[in-house]
Amino acid sequence: MTSTTQTPGSPAPTGSVEAARAGRGAPSPARRRRPSGDGFWPWLFLAPLVGGIAVFYFWPILQTAFYSLTDWGAFGGWDFAGFENYVTLFADPSLYLSIGNTLLYTAIVMLGIPIAVFLASLLNLPGLRFASLYRVLFFLPYVAMPTAIAMVWRIIFNGDFGLLNYGLGFLGIDGPYWISTPGAATVAVAIVGLWSSLGFAMIVLAAGLKNIPPEMYEASELDGASRWRQFRSITVPLLTPSIFFITIVTIISSFQVFDLLYAILGSSNPVLPKSMSLVYFFYREGFVNNDKGYAAAIAMVIFVIIGIVTAIQFRLQKRWVQVD
Amino acid sequence: MTTSPTPRRRITAGVAGAVGLLLAVSGCSSDGGGDASEYGAPDSDLKASITYGLWDQNQVAAVEENIEAFNEEYPNIEVNVNVTPFAEYWTKLQTQASSDTLPDVFWMNGPNVGLYASNGQLEPITGAVEADDIDLANYPESLVGLYNVDDVQYGVPKDFDTIGVWTNKALFEQAGVELPDGNWTWDEFQTTAAEISTALEGQGIYGAAGGMDGQTTYYNTILQAGGSVIDGDTSGYASEESQAGIQFWTDLIANGGSPTIQQLTDTTADQWFTSGKLAMYWGGSWFRSALTDTELAADVTVLPLPAGEEQATVIHGVSNVVSAASENKQAAQAFQTFLASEEAQQQQGDAGAMIPAYTDTQDAFTASMPDANLQVFLDAVDYSQPLPVSNNSAAWNALETELLPQAFAGERPTAEVAAELAEQMDAALAEE
Repeated sequence: MTSTTQTPGSPAPTGSVEAARAGRGAPSPARRRRPSGDGFWPWLFLAPLVGGIAVFYFWPILQTAFYSLTDWGAFGGWDFAGFENYVTLFADPSLYLSIGNTLLYTAIVMLGIPIAVFLASLLNLPGLRFASLYRVLFFLPYVAMPTAIAMVWRIIFNGDFGLLNYGLGFLGIDGPYWISTPGAATVAVAIVGLWSSLGFAMIVLAAGLKNIPPEMYEASELDGASRWRQFRSITVPLLTPSIFFITIVTIISSFQVFDLLYAILGSSNPVLPKSMSLVYFFYREGFVNNDKGYAAAIAMVIFVIIGIVTAIQFRLQKRWVQVD
Repeated sequence: MTTSPTPRRRITAGVAGAVGLLLAVSGCSSDGGGDASEYGAPDSDLKASITYGLWDQNQVAAVEENIEAFNEEYPNIEVNVNVTPFAEYWTKLQTQASSDTLPDVFWMNGPNVGLYASNGQLEPITGAVEADDIDLANYPESLVGLYNVDDVQYGVPKDFDTIGVWTNKALFEQAGVELPDGNWTWDEFQTTAAEISTALEGQGIYGAAGGMDGQTTYYNTILQAGGSVIDGDTSGYASEESQAGIQFWTDLIANGGSPTIQQLTDTTADQWFTSGKLAMYWGGSWFRSALTDTELAADVTVLPLPAGEEQATVIHGVSNVVSAASENKQAAQAFQTFLASEEAQQQQGDAGAMIPAYTDTQDAFTASMPDANLQVFLDAVDYSQPLPVSNNSAAWNALETELLPQAFAGERPTAEVAAELAEQMDAALAEE
């Protein structure tokens, strides 16, 4: 036994951990101080970053907001059109269809978060051999190019010659034409999205796991807690800040799904109009149909939706994220 | 940045400034060029540097030869070749056009020429034609028309492609079906396809294949039935003839001659053919390069498309165009004119990457697969019709991809789908 030096259930380590976490999570008084006393110096150092963000993010957002109110010609000319684009957009069934598809995609990809929590804590088990090898294997999909991933999955999903349906055949299941059946196509893309998001989630969670003091496990072990009980009562609660971060990032990136969908389904796929995501809808209107004002309006809707969803999450986090 | 009293006020001022600037910048809407400048062949010592934008890496070697020959005449004009893969080419070109940074000379295709020409992005070749530096009679007539927008000529074709039936002789033998002689009707084609599918069903081999690509499939049958895809400013899909052209593919799938639309989405027709699982593939002359150095090549021969009410094939070809915003227009036009010359076209043809458009420069193409009867593609020029396009073709191309599969799959009656397509396409055309 290595933990004999500590009294089981001693309040000291737990207390100090909580204090440490609180110190990290809550804004310190120093950060609340007004910068007025420092003059322009802080701004000087912030300028490169703020300048970059202003030029490459805020400025395009403003431009997009403006162009969403115009009827944009093919190569730059525009006429002011008021809210015409928005009126057309909210009457366009494609908008609601693509919102629905995006939500379905997001919901499926979110299933990856519990899986990632589970896998990350397995990888964190003390004494696991080849742990870093597994970590590399799980992280590889994240660094691989989406188009390369898409090409491989296209072959796996192939209805006649694909690996997936071949495997399902052994189970007596007649698999669908995954990428050419409406509904199944969205699910197929989401499965790939889930699979390729696991690596990033696990790396973030692994970092979170390292912050959980081993003493807590040792203490609970002495109290007779099973591995499962430790997972539920120590790992998951103390990981909630990481899980929260992953949730925010996953939802934002899921709402922006485009490349996987475009590459897996292919641009001449007849189910595409029924399976497109919001960003694909934006792409189609802006770059295929050359209606850039309309596309700008779609972009603003995506922007607002993501903003609202993220705001709601920050509001809800107080109920389940253990920071304070 | 000056120091102002509080950060908040500074931000407000910044936003106000940004919005003001935004309005100022966007206020200057570009009306494009298009005002035909004086054309004249430049002096041979003209010094300039121009860019040449294209999308096919396979043709770069021949292009380099062209530039070398061009530099013999104009040693001080430097031509920089800029290759962008086709998938990104048009997105990039749009961005370049919007910011007035188009390459001086670049490749243009039928579906896009209307969009660029009608928005004043392209320089007409009127001057070169009037000066007799380019003679329109040297190129396939139907293709020259493709680059004529509102009675102004913007380019001549640099190459062309027509459609034929790529045939796997070995599969005909295996199925015990006699190879057609190439003088055949729709019915004979349908029967042949179904016979092969039935005979080789156990191996998952099909006689023929439809698909979502209009240029190689249903555009041809629509023209053969006497219909049209686009007729002036309106859609041609509502006509009975056009519907017959669509029904051809519905029938082919229904009688088992072709894989289903879903199968063809997962595995495209050309993939079925190159995997040796398809006996007859409707494909363009460009498909030859996919067969180079394959085991399949020895078994392949080409047949003309079967005739419907009349014989027809879609013809298309790429053109070299000059940007209206080019700062070295004289050099760019000299290069454009050279690329259209017999010398440059012969170099292109000998390199073998495509069929050059200039009359009698095509021998190298037919010789590249001597046993495959590639002459079919050249003969087809006589009964060819240009690829149907409009000023914003992409808008209704998307409608075709969305709606027609419902007819091919037999989910809805062809007449109903065609009527809906015609209605939506007319709406899209009205917006152009």
